[in-house]
Amino acid sequence: MTAAFDPPATRGIEAPRAPKRRVGGRRGTNFEMYAWLFMRSSGIALVILVLGHLLIMNVLDGGVHRINWGFVAGRWSSPFWQIWDLVMLWLAEIHGANGLRVIINDYTRRDGTRFWLQLMLAASVVLVMSVGTLVIFTFDPTMS
Amino acid sequence: MATTADDSTQVATAGGTGLPGDLPPVPDGAVMLTVHIQRFNPELDDAPHTESYRVPALPGDRLLNVLHYIKWYIDGTLTFRRSCAHGVCGSDAMRINGRNRLCCKVLIKDLIGDKRNEVTVEPIKGLPLLKDLVVDMEPFFDAYRAVKPYLITYSAEPTREHVQSPADRARFDDTTKCILCAACTTSCPVYWSEDAYVGPAAIVNAHRFIFDSRDEGGRERLEILSDAEGVWRCRTTFNCTEACPRGIQVTQAIQEVKRALMFRRI
Repeated sequence: MTAAFDPPATRGIEAPRAPKRRVGGRRGTNFEMYAWLFMRSSGIALVILVLGHLLIMNVLDGGVHRINWGFVAGRWSSPFWQIWDLVMLWLAEIHGANGLRVIINDYTRRDGTRFWLQLMLAASVVLVMSVGTLVIFTFDPTMS
Repeated sequence: MATTADDSTQVATAGGTGLPGDLPPVPDGAVMLTVHIQRFNPELDDAPHTESYRVPALPGDRLLNVLHYIKWYIDGTLTFRRSCAHGVCGSDAMRINGRNRLCCKVLIKDLIGDKRNEVTVEPIKGLPLLKDLVVDMEPFFDAYRAVKPYLITYSAEPTREHVQSPADRARFDDTTKCILCAACTTSCPVYWSEDAYVGPAAIVNAHRFIFDSRDEGGRERLEILSDAEGVWRCRTTFNCTEACPRGIQVTQAIQEVKRALMFRRI
């Protein structure tokens, strides 16, 4: 009788998925390193972008009460604010999605669950980013 | 002694006749300590359960003395690992009151308070449980082996010895202290949920060679640790640093490996 006792939920956590171990078997990418680096750099950039955005939208010159169709149209007539909003949208979306990707990897136990959650996450990222980008570039102040 | 159910604790009563099989006399100043131990016998039990023991202990005793008392005088079937019993061999890491510690370094006086004379002892988490407080350490050592924890050199051998300056030696001094007790790795929440992660102990031992001026295998180790299951899974929760019985700054070592990877500069 040497079999290790390893049923789920007896140690408060499930059995480690030992057969999945592949330490040392490099798959030739530094993806995780670049993801890690991206989280730090995009975080710094977002501090400036988001705080600037909040300042303009909510504090300066009457704050949130002056925001209307005309205000948005005026801002997006300038390529500077278009790029600002675009960069903020993309960085925030990818930054947040990467954080969720990491959380899903950490917490899901079954490969199937992980796959579907990651797929839903990826779909939501594509949807939000494409719709957001579309609006920023095709916004027409004359449409009603 | 027969095992008892649930909360009826097994009490050692002092004998004192000096005959074999008798309990040793309770020394002056001893307190009665209730020890809740997670027990599991793979041949009898479907799942682990907790058994409680009341034993006399001196405040200056180590928890290991208490486990010995239980094994020697109350229930000989209690199974746990220990070897040197002095915090060097790293055999007796266990979860004591929910924290990973070496039971040979935990003093009773640090466990008891004015109102509390209880302590909970469980096996370390994240490794397959074999019996009582004994876990299968093989997955842990697999991760350790994966980082090539030995000196690698490619250049010509020096005629006498590998000379190293005190400053170069000091660079990796902290990580030479590791005793492979697994307290850090089994306190890591990432390791609990995904044991393909190499874990803090393996990274500490990679750090010990990566930053050794005599070693030339740093690049290979960094490549191994840049794997998806390598250092980038670390979330800097500092559980490892808190758990290390040798006081190694484990999280700092992991971050230093990350930095070396970023700049490929050793």
